[in-house]
Amino acid sequence: MDKHVLLRDLDVPNIRELAVYEANDGYAAWRKALTAMKPEEVIAVVKDAGLRGRGGAGFPAGLKWSFIPKDIFPKYVVVNGDESEAGTFKDHQLLDNNPHQVIEGTALCAYAVQANTAYIYLRGEFLEPSRTLQKAIDEAYAAGLLGKNILGTGYNLDIHIHLGAGAYICGEETALLSSLEGQLGQPRLRPPFPAVQGLYAKPTVINNVETLANVPPIVLNGAQWYRQFGTEKSPGTKIFCVSGRVNKPGNYELPLGQHTIRELIDMAGGTINNRPVKGVLPAGSSAPILPASALDTKLDYESMQAAGSLLGSASFVILDDTVDIVWAARKMIRFFKHESCGKCTPCREGTHWAMNLYDKIVSGQGSMKDIDMLAEVANSMAGKCFCLLGEFATSPILSTLKHFRPEYEKWVSQPRVTAGA
Amino acid sequence: MLKEKRASDIERTLAKYPSKRSAVMPLLYIAQQEYGYCDDNAIREVAEILGLDPTEVKSIVGFYTMFYEEPTGQYVIEVCDDLPCALRGADEFVAHCERKLGVKAGQTTPDGKFTLRTVMCIAACDRAPVAQVNTEYRYSLTPESFDRMIDDLKG
Repeated sequence: MDKHVLLRDLDVPNIRELAVYEANDGYAAWRKALTAMKPEEVIAVVKDAGLRGRGGAGFPAGLKWSFIPKDIFPKYVVVNGDESEAGTFKDHQLLDNNPHQVIEGTALCAYAVQANTAYIYLRGEFLEPSRTLQKAIDEAYAAGLLGKNILGTGYNLDIHIHLGAGAYICGEETALLSSLEGQLGQPRLRPPFPAVQGLYAKPTVINNVETLANVPPIVLNGAQWYRQFGTEKSPGTKIFCVSGRVNKPGNYELPLGQHTIRELIDMAGGTINNRPVKGVLPAGSSAPILPASALDTKLDYESMQAAGSLLGSASFVILDDTVDIVWAARKMIRFFKHESCGKCTPCREGTHWAMNLYDKIVSGQGSMKDIDMLAEVANSMAGKCFCLLGEFATSPILSTLKHFRPEYEKWVSQPRVTAGA
Repeated sequence: MLKEKRASDIERTLAKYPSKRSAVMPLLYIAQQEYGYCDDNAIREVAEILGLDPTEVKSIVGFYTMFYEEPTGQYVIEVCDDLPCALRGADEFVAHCERKLGVKAGQTTPDGKFTLRTVMCIAACDRAPVAQVNTEYRYSLTPESFDRMIDDLKG
């Protein structure tokens, strides 16, 4: 990969400015689609490219777009920029440094499904990125690339930014829609799926910021070009966020399936003081921890799954041998307890009781029974929660117990008291 | 009254959505800019503009962490102490912030200048320890740079 497809700010200085973006193929795909492609041709090329959703679920984007009914109006495009998974900061970089590519991808999606309004939902903490993005949107309007009768084609599109206000659950697509409608950010039952009844009960496409940033290069260069990167089932490039105990934490854009976790850690400068890796969280707090024996797993959706975890949003949090696993699991459960929306009992109560057990264990009051109780709490949540948040919350418990149970046992057999407990 | 004072902002916000109710969060931000926090009066004003029951607006304020129900300091300093940041010293960093400001996380300094809070992941784990001051990022903080920042803000 000689040039970045997404993190183009690393190759082209000031690409956040419209003039620079346009001088580097910016909005060429948008012009091409509007003047020479039918909406269904845009869907077809994204489908052929095999682009999978980059927000975590990995659902094929083109397929999602094809579910939008043709005869119901209005339709909406909603961009998920709630980026709140612990360890994830890729959309942040895209919004700060390459906002026009996000806007162009949003516009292409809107044209493909024939929506005339798009909302970009950003987490409330992205106030500064929202200013950069709004400036870019204003530039695009002024250049006639958004608004009424775009490029004289008769197609209209408005793009609005909507700021959240601090709630991880709003990254869940139906909770995001509720939040955008001015309701509590709580998930809804599916079906109906958003493609049929989404925002204001109208057909709605929801895609992640990074997913849509992939669309302009796909439309411009074609599906075959895109498929030179990645694997058959995981085509394209992906941004990997690396954080934790490494020397150079940051975003690394790589073709899917070409490199291993070990190589990713090397790219991130290796571990601090060259300590051995103890475990890797491939999707922040939300996917099972992988032990060091899995470091040669390839970085794609299917390989991560085969290794017993998930690629998710590809936010790799690296833990070295100085990290106490029980401490780390407690941090993650604290996150889920704080972010549980309270709608369903297993998640609301489960995260609460799991947190109590972790507090008991790290305050030196725990017993072997409490360790078993943790597993019991997690197992009574698994498969019973209203949305994935509660399912995710079982991961830190069950996966750390599976791979690092002796560390828990050490906490209850040789009690220590730590700060923060 | 918000209705008069921020009339053009409110009008622009309402125009973005086919449903008035969608404007509840943007309007609460406007109210918070004006009043510093979302008290019952602010909630009633927003509810009236949107034709909602104040209770419904209050539930929105309570659900989201970025709407304040109590007065805050002039500068709200929110330090992330979630796992990725904690792996890079965030817990020790928070302890330093508490010592420098002389308050615990969650408290406001007696002069009303600073509120210190800890927050969950704010999507900047590559530049930990990280904080936001009135929702503006401060990246790659050190105890020294934090002290300088506080001294500067004290003016």
